[in-house]
Amino acid sequence: MNATTVALDRSGGVATLRIAGDVTSASEGELMAGYARAVEDGARAIVLDFSGLEYMNSGGIGLLVTLLVRAQRGGVRLLASGLSDHYREILALTRLDEAIEIHPDEEAAVAAVGV
Amino acid sequence: MTMTEKTPPQAPASRDGDHWAKPVDRLSAEGVAGAKLDSVTGKRVTGPLQGFGQLWQKTLRVPLEGSSMSPQEVIAVWKEQFATFWPKAGRFYAPLAGIVPGEVALMDLTPAPGSPIKLSTGIMVLYADDESFTFTTPEGHALSAWITFSAHRDGDVTVAQVQALERTSDPFVELAYMLGANRMNDRFWRDTLVNVGRAVGATDPTVVIDVVCVDKRRQWRHASNVRKSAMIRSVGHALAAPVRWIAGRN
Repeated sequence: MNATTVALDRSGGVATLRIAGDVTSASEGELMAGYARAVEDGARAIVLDFSGLEYMNSGGIGLLVTLLVRAQRGGVRLLASGLSDHYREILALTRLDEAIEIHPDEEAAVAAVGV
Repeated sequence: MTMTEKTPPQAPASRDGDHWAKPVDRLSAEGVAGAKLDSVTGKRVTGPLQGFGQLWQKTLRVPLEGSSMSPQEVIAVWKEQFATFWPKAGRFYAPLAGIVPGEVALMDLTPAPGSPIKLSTGIMVLYADDESFTFTTPEGHALSAWITFSAHRDGDVTVAQVQALERTSDPFVELAYMLGANRMNDRFWRDTLVNVGRAVGATDPTVVIDVVCVDKRRQWRHASNVRKSAMIRSVGHALAAPVRWIAGRN
């Protein structure tokens, strides 16, 4: 099992959380701390960049739901980028793609926010 | 000159690739034996985002004190004998292929103690590996949920766990949840965990429950889920039983 790393990059009103390694229920601390830092910095839109994602189980998908709920409550727009075909399929299967905007890469996601 | 066919570079296969169900538009319960009513075939899967009611995360754990089984062994037993661990309030018709990703199971549930009507519904196995498996509910199910059954090591003890991320699917079920069905649901999984504990040799399995309301808001845009309610379909099936009986005699 590889550890989850979440790196925050901020540009204007958009923050990017670069998520790498394995995302499981054990990733909650890293993921939520990254989200909290982005919101504290004033981000109104957050791109979850999954280019470095190596593994995700159902616990990891569950975390994305709680993250999404938190974002909706806080009026923060959530986008995803860098998903492989496999993880795109999983987001479609779980119907998370109905609530998280998916873009091919970080650049396209940031452009979609229009900041 | 020999032409060599160039193979496009393939993305490396994900380590979790075999653990997830393949994308499916509509579910099929073909091949599930025993259930009287199939309320699942033709339905889409749902999840916590498509439900109506408040979003709950329920985590029930039982330390398997006295059992020598590893988490992998516990999960193997749980998958193999899943139906037998259910309390009497429910009956689970397992897929013939077993608890593997993409398989559909049917179930009959008693919505309230003593109820003559059985709620016929089902699940799809969304994810399964050696230490966990996850069910997702179809449209019409009372809950829009993912339920994960897992086992892990805590020191020298294996711990079995049920974690549900769930919303009720429609306003009627939400009302029922507020009137006690929520606690009934907790008891159902607690009794299941006790049964698992006993089956794997735990002495006096005691379940710890942690319930968090992740989202207090109700999603009114999904109130129309009631149109697909398996409960309404089950009640209709029960009410039509005399008609079917008379038709069968003629």
